[in-house]
Amino acid sequence: MLSYALRRIAVAVPTLLVIITLAFAIQRLAPGGPFDQEQTLTPAVRANLDRVYGLDRPLAVQYLRYLGALAHGDFGPSLSERDFTVTELIRQGLPLSVTLGLAAVLLAVLVGIPAGVLAALARGTGADYAVSGLAALGVALPSFVTGPALALLFGLYLHWLPVAGWERGAPRYLVLPVVTLAIPVAAYLARLMRASLLEVLRSQYVRAARARGLGEARVLWRHALRPALLPAVSYLGPAVAFVVTGSLVIETVFGLPGTGRYLVQGAINRDYPLVLGMVIVYAAFTLTLNLAADLVYGWLDPGARHA
Amino acid sequence: MACAMPLTPATTEHTAPAGAILELERLTVSFATPAGAVTAAHEVSLAVRRGECLGIVGESGAGKSQLFLAALGLLAANGRACGSARFAGTELLGLAPAALDRLRGARIGMVFQDPMSSLTPHLAVGEQLIEVIVRHTRASPAEAQRRALALLERVQLTDPARRMRQYPHELSGGMRQRAMLAIALSCDPQLLIADEPTTALDVTVQAQILALLAELKRERALAMVLITHDVGVVAGVADRVAVMRSGRIVEAGSVAAVLKSPRDPYTRELLRPPRARPQERERVPAGGGGAALAVDGLGVEFKVERGWFRSRAHLTALREVSFEVRGGEALGVVGESGAGKSTLVRSVLALPPPLRGRVVWLGRDLAQLDPGELRALREHVQIVFQDPAGSLDPRMRVRQAVGEPLGVYRTLLEPAKRSAAVAAMLERVGLEAALGARYPHELSGGQCQRVAIARAMILRPQVLVCDEPLSALDGPTRQQILALLAELRRASLTLLIVSHDVSLVSELCDRVLVLYLGRMMEIVGTERLGERARHPYTRALLAAVPVPDPDLQPARLRQARSGEPPSPLDPPSGCVYRTRCPHAIPVCAQRTPEWQDTGDGGRVACHRWREVP
Amino acid sequence: MPEPLKSAGGLWRGAARRLRADRAVRLALALLLAIALLALLAPLLSPWSFDSLDWRHLGQPPGATAAHWLGTDRLGRDLFVRTLYGVRLSLLISLLASALSVGIGLMWGSIAGFAGGRLDEAMMRFVDVLYALPYLFIVIILSTLIGRGSIAVLLIAIGAVGWLTTARIVRGQALALRHQPFIEAARAGGLSGAAILWRHLVPNLAGTVVVYATLTVPQMILFESFLSFLGLGVQEPHASLGNLINAGAQEMESAPWMLLTPAAFLVLLLVCLNVLGDGLRDALDPRDH
Repeated sequence: MLSYALRRIAVAVPTLLVIITLAFAIQRLAPGGPFDQEQTLTPAVRANLDRVYGLDRPLAVQYLRYLGALAHGDFGPSLSERDFTVTELIRQGLPLSVTLGLAAVLLAVLVGIPAGVLAALARGTGADYAVSGLAALGVALPSFVTGPALALLFGLYLHWLPVAGWERGAPRYLVLPVVTLAIPVAAYLARLMRASLLEVLRSQYVRAARARGLGEARVLWRHALRPALLPAVSYLGPAVAFVVTGSLVIETVFGLPGTGRYLVQGAINRDYPLVLGMVIVYAAFTLTLNLAADLVYGWLDPGARHA
Repeated sequence: MACAMPLTPATTEHTAPAGAILELERLTVSFATPAGAVTAAHEVSLAVRRGECLGIVGESGAGKSQLFLAALGLLAANGRACGSARFAGTELLGLAPAALDRLRGARIGMVFQDPMSSLTPHLAVGEQLIEVIVRHTRASPAEAQRRALALLERVQLTDPARRMRQYPHELSGGMRQRAMLAIALSCDPQLLIADEPTTALDVTVQAQILALLAELKRERALAMVLITHDVGVVAGVADRVAVMRSGRIVEAGSVAAVLKSPRDPYTRELLRPPRARPQERERVPAGGGGAALAVDGLGVEFKVERGWFRSRAHLTALREVSFEVRGGEALGVVGESGAGKSTLVRSVLALPPPLRGRVVWLGRDLAQLDPGELRALREHVQIVFQDPAGSLDPRMRVRQAVGEPLGVYRTLLEPAKRSAAVAAMLERVGLEAALGARYPHELSGGQCQRVAIARAMILRPQVLVCDEPLSALDGPTRQQILALLAELRRASLTLLIVSHDVSLVSELCDRVLVLYLGRMMEIVGTERLGERARHPYTRALLAAVPVPDPDLQPARLRQARSGEPPSPLDPPSGCVYRTRCPHAIPVCAQRTPEWQDTGDGGRVACHRWREVP
Repeated sequence: MPEPLKSAGGLWRGAARRLRADRAVRLALALLLAIALLALLAPLLSPWSFDSLDWRHLGQPPGATAAHWLGTDRLGRDLFVRTLYGVRLSLLISLLASALSVGIGLMWGSIAGFAGGRLDEAMMRFVDVLYALPYLFIVIILSTLIGRGSIAVLLIAIGAVGWLTTARIVRGQALALRHQPFIEAARAGGLSGAAILWRHLVPNLAGTVVVYATLTVPQMILFESFLSFLGLGVQEPHASLGNLINAGAQEMESAPWMLLTPAAFLVLLLVCLNVLGDGLRDALDPRDH
């Protein structure tokens, strides 16, 4: 198990490095720098600005300085929000975004997986059709449609929950965003679990376990569930990526002051340090959670550890 | 699904003896499919007495397993069973799940065909064994542990304490099957149902498992049902036999009666081992024809990763293999799993060429050829694979598949002539030309294999290599394909047949090469093979082949050699067979035996071949 | 297990039969065709074009005037027409992007899977690295670099990112097929590597590819809608389902119909395409369910 874990980590680290390098390269090599949008600057002012931001050094030096800065958590200054560094902006918005994302994944797992198991066990009955139908719908609906729709229903018509906005320490503002974000993931997990459990229940070794008189409950719990969970666990990695990107839209729709809106604004304003700093943070987050999912997979499936 | 079948008079002898532990009465098993109901078994009646072993013999698809799966409530979701199945008087069909679970595993044990897929892959062997014991007996965990260890020892699993902690994929096929047996017997059942328990195993391991079954039956007065397609398997263990075909019993009776004086023509057909007709067995005169195919010093190694930080181990699949096949001759290569047969086939066909040693086709050394020349030469050396359906592209019609080699090598042939050639070839292998329009999944296994042979033969190659050509086929089909191969051989085709089935090879080939763990053990002429074989392993192989003679087979089983094949990653020093050889002496561990001439046309690698009787 | 029933004809005929029997698929297909027809005929159905302004009917709900069946937006543009144009644009972009991404993915995956060894590893490492980057970010980065509004860029950005999953799936299939006896038989039969790839591997991958192509289209629609919603995709005054929904969401409290109409069409399109894709996947799967 240990060698498997180490191998997985050994893959993740270079990946992050590559992403960082790409981010750097794009920043420095992109046409249309941040200063071009200003009124034309005199060469002297331009030279000064370049020196201040270190843009006059050779590329390799700039790269190393960038890496060094990153190691200290310094992503550079934001070019659109002049009073803030990227790090400060990220620090402002990240807790909310992370809470949103993790809560959504947790909710999706707690709802989706049992729903899928239920649908598989009740195959062919009304319960199965209901769950499968809802899941098919949930997978297809985009969050920027369900979000506003839920807000309309629960906010405007029923007045149960706030429509949008955010107040510190008031979790009710997070209910709709988390639910909206969780729906597609829960739906996909439900379908995955259902298909996978059905397949495992048909397998030879489950039949053999039944032949030993262990009782359907035990056969399900000890012999069928663990292998059936495997596809769902390997989906968790992409699920996190999905949630991370989805949170951008959710934050926009519900007016939440997370890091998502900075990313979008930064893209619109060509604020490279901001955009790329955000990308690196998100990528690191995704890679970490992917790694965790891989480790869980390796624990569940002894055969995979030799891969 | 209605169960009102018209009452047919019983065509087989069926007594319902008192003291029958299992009784099936007019049991019908059917499946609901999109195309309508498919009946797997029709109104089958049979009984198993206490302490007796009933053998059920028939081809695959005859419905043998379905009967017992139905009795135990293990049918697939779309299966239905009508009739009656009684265990010690209790009706099993329709029994409440709780009551059924009390019987299954506790009083009725079941062993399945493929132990790899019948043991739960993510649970250790010990856990699976203990949980059954704990479930059905009132044993404490410590006691269950003790019982488990004792059971594993009884089924002759080496190092049982270690096995308990291992996962199924870490054990060999034979070991897994023993573990399955241990689990099935853990709660002292009165009945053991063994569904093709040895089919997936090597013939020497099969003999051991069958011997074990026979012993256990005697020891525990265990009633047994032994389901198999191989009549020889039944001859050593069963007391009574029932022969099934297409869901019905065609003959039943004591094993002596059925096997020695069969009444039904189908039974007689099953009992007849595949034989080439006498006139097709002309042996090639020694020295006739040059070497069509030769290999010299063939060596193939694989790097296998294992352990921490991917330490590379070397797996020697083949070592110093050299032989010649003369023009018009048929050479068989025989070995069990791990012998390197598939590797040999691929090396001989240069798919890919081996790193060590030479391969010579029709006098040309393959290492000297460039890729274009090699491809050109392939026209003369063709192959037929083990898996008939898998060797045909599922998206191509039969006539396209058979005609494809023409497209590669006879590009100037006009379409009309090409179709004619394909049609002619199909008929030559015994298929109607009209089948050319079909897809592989619409054909039976035997038909697919004929198509594969047609495709291989359409260029009139000089050499045909066959990799386990019959192992995926059943009884009568085997006979037909064997006859076809024998016919082709008579038409002076050079054959190289690789197989685990030593009786097939001795039927079809002039000489046989015996491989063990990638090394050559012996090469010997197949005429009077039993007398001429000198190597202990060859003799063990021949002794392990089950013969359908109830007078001989039980004794032969008692001779079954013990021991597991060693791991190819860690082969024994000196002679690799020494760990299982009853004649091993110290020098066998010190020096690898040389390849010596036996004087009657064969060669053998053994230090003691002269002394062995 | 009893012998599987042999179906007459090839894979496609069997699949077509199974598809025709599937009620959900029939419904989905019918709806899709209806929507596509509507979208194609949009110019003929209404005198309004997608950017013509009707000063007399600003912000009218559906049913308020006979001139505008589904109402108008704040600028007086007919919602019915704009939605249909949105459908057209979304479908166009997503179909082209799907074709692009499936094409790249098929090529990449089949070569990697068939070649095996180091080439396969290198190619798939590349995919893994790109995979770690949430696709939206790549598109955002590209939009940041190249600027918004260019539909061609949008197309390339979406398509160039969507090929990753297809490449992985195709490579997995190719890897499995590569070890099948019939591929070895083809090699033994003297066919060259390229010939085997083309004549044996790719046709056997066709089933998988078709299923994933069908399932990729709704994904592409989603990508494009996301981007347009965020302001990075199709720009005003052009209408795509994404930016229509964005505008609608902003007016949600006072003019809910501005959100509901494009949202309804989007949802319908996505659900139908997904049902079709799922149906195809089940129909092409040779095993029983």
